[in-house]
Amino acid sequence: MKIHEYQAKQLMGARGIPVPLGQVATTVEEAVAAVGPLIAKSGDPVVVVKSQIHAGGRGKGTFTEFPELRGVNVVTAGIKGGVAAAEAAVRDLAEKMLGSTLVTIQTGPFGKQVNRLYIEQGIDIDRELYLAVLLDRAESRNVVMASTEGGIDIEKVAGETPERIMRETIDPAIGLATFQANRLGWGLGLEGEPHANFVRFVTTLSRLTADLDADLIEINPLVLTKSGSVMALDGKMAFDDNSLFRHPDLAAMRDETEEDPSELEAKKTGLSYIKLEGSIGCMVNGAGLAMATMDIIKYFGGEPANFLDVGGGANAEQVAAAIRIITADPNVKGIFVNIFGGIMRCDTVAAGIIAGVQQVGLDVPMVVRLEGTNVELGRQMLDESGLNLATAADMRDGAQKIVELAKSDARRQTPDANRA
Amino acid sequence: MSILVGSETRLLIQGLGKTGRFHADRSIAYGTQIVAAVHPSRAGETEVFEGDIDESGAPDRLDRYRVDLPIFRTVEEAIAETGANASVVFVPPAGAADAIMEAAAAGMPLIVAITEGVPVADMIRARRYLEGKPVRLVGPNCPGVITPQECRIGIMPGYIHQPGRIGVISRSGTLTYEAVYQLTRLGLGQTTAVGIGGDPVNGTNFVDVLRLFNDDPATEGVIMIGEIGGTAEEDAAAFVAEHMTKPVAGFIAGTTAPPGRRMGHAGAIISGGKGTAEAKIAALGEAGIVIAPTPTDMGAAMVEALG
Repeated sequence: MKIHEYQAKQLMGARGIPVPLGQVATTVEEAVAAVGPLIAKSGDPVVVVKSQIHAGGRGKGTFTEFPELRGVNVVTAGIKGGVAAAEAAVRDLAEKMLGSTLVTIQTGPFGKQVNRLYIEQGIDIDRELYLAVLLDRAESRNVVMASTEGGIDIEKVAGETPERIMRETIDPAIGLATFQANRLGWGLGLEGEPHANFVRFVTTLSRLTADLDADLIEINPLVLTKSGSVMALDGKMAFDDNSLFRHPDLAAMRDETEEDPSELEAKKTGLSYIKLEGSIGCMVNGAGLAMATMDIIKYFGGEPANFLDVGGGANAEQVAAAIRIITADPNVKGIFVNIFGGIMRCDTVAAGIIAGVQQVGLDVPMVVRLEGTNVELGRQMLDESGLNLATAADMRDGAQKIVELAKSDARRQTPDANRA
Repeated sequence: MSILVGSETRLLIQGLGKTGRFHADRSIAYGTQIVAAVHPSRAGETEVFEGDIDESGAPDRLDRYRVDLPIFRTVEEAIAETGANASVVFVPPAGAADAIMEAAAAGMPLIVAITEGVPVADMIRARRYLEGKPVRLVGPNCPGVITPQECRIGIMPGYIHQPGRIGVISRSGTLTYEAVYQLTRLGLGQTTAVGIGGDPVNGTNFVDVLRLFNDDPATEGVIMIGEIGGTAEEDAAAFVAEHMTKPVAGFIAGTTAPPGRRMGHAGAIISGGKGTAEAKIAALGEAGIVIAPTPTDMGAAMVEALG
């Protein structure tokens, strides 16, 4: 689960990790109202208006509706205009940004709607650094990554100048040791008071990662201010969904408006679904088989419309929900059901498919591949069901059939015939 | 011969809930020696399993079975009373890592964790706890380990297996079943099939199992089934190139998976441009592993690799 920058900063601030002053706003009035108190508290006329979406690259991103406008904007009211001028500028920005679509390098071409702004104090930056805590799978431990190359894409740094990234592995029984924090600080070129500030920062951050069961905490940029403090200018956090049961406060931070509605519906029905760009819908049991099913569709010249794992069973309710979710995608021109009924009997699966299809109806071709116990009976039930579906001998046969059927079906119909 | 489990395995079930009970029954029906269960709230009770299905098709096996399974409070007691030498964990996610550590502390040499959804942080700590102890952990989030007609630990359908010559290692449950079924239909069969699980932090990786199969005289070839995320397949490729004396066939799932999205398994994610199917397929190919272009070709790829 991802959270917004402002939420990440709240979590850090509560632990004494230095973050800029700021206020979240969901309306233009809230945004404007935040300006006065912020300037009064910070004593600095510079205010930053930041789009809050679950994607990076916001600073360089632009709005579909206002191509000249960036996702993050600095308002420099100066001494002349005072608070009133800053408020006017923030009002103008908030009116444009709220409800508009921000496209960044991470959102894809369709972008994401901005529903929240973070109004933040401006910071006098001396240096921009990079800091993250994340899982190193090869070591089965978390690592701290730090770099002098802050404010830019860390993958680019990793690719071009990997020597500028330092790593310290965290022993889960001990936490980040002081000598490790020291080493990182010196490696970043910090000495004296800034070094001490960094060591405190990274030690607290590493403890926070463990306490919150965070998958990832990334501070890019981490800044050294002109006054020598070390501060999180940005903050990205992602949590392990499997740990949320013991963090109700974090679970409450979930912003469902940031998630794909069909993926959200699938999750609530106990299905694992990810929408893709293609035209062949897939319904499969098991994550590995679901991925492999997408691959074999592509191998035979089709494009998968989704990943969908129905899990251990395929009862009528799950099948019906899966068909509803798959066919809600207007690109879908055919559905491939691929079930290896291991423990579950194929006649039970077939009954689930028949009942599910009858519940929600079906206006695109469907090919069903069943394997496992009672497979003959299962196929016979599907063949005799009178439903518009074909059975397949194996996965290869099924993939070839659905790709062919979807093509001929698409030729028969106008391109938009299936659009709701 | 086989690896990890066989007819000498004396299995302990940790977590006798609905799933644990169901699969204990399936394993007993398959011919597995299950000797004890640990379920603290039911300690002192006995769970009776009986039925007349013998899924394994092994010769000389009774038509009916009845097992009066003793339930213990702790793994330590269960081992002391029954001599259990392997354990399977069905404990729900919140307590699964603790169950693994308890078994390791009691000296259990093999722990197979089936539970899906164990917090990564718990597994990081459990792995740290297991360091230096004489224990092998398989999983979590895996289908288990099976030696056909001898021992079934986990949740796989027994009847698709057949004793034979090929070792199977996989991160995915259903893809393991596909490979196993293809091998059975080709008459190659399996020595042992090991599901290592789909989580980012697990106990046993490809290299561990490849090494075991390499040393097992009955195993003539190995199928390894990987997927996107992490670098375990690349490590396996390096091991195969350097140490493996037996032919290896492989399949990697996730060629069409978009970056940055978790494809069902917690560990199946391409992040930072790392863990792509292309990179893994290339690494496997360079190591001389015969790649199955589609999941229906895994058995055929094994035949090709065997030459």
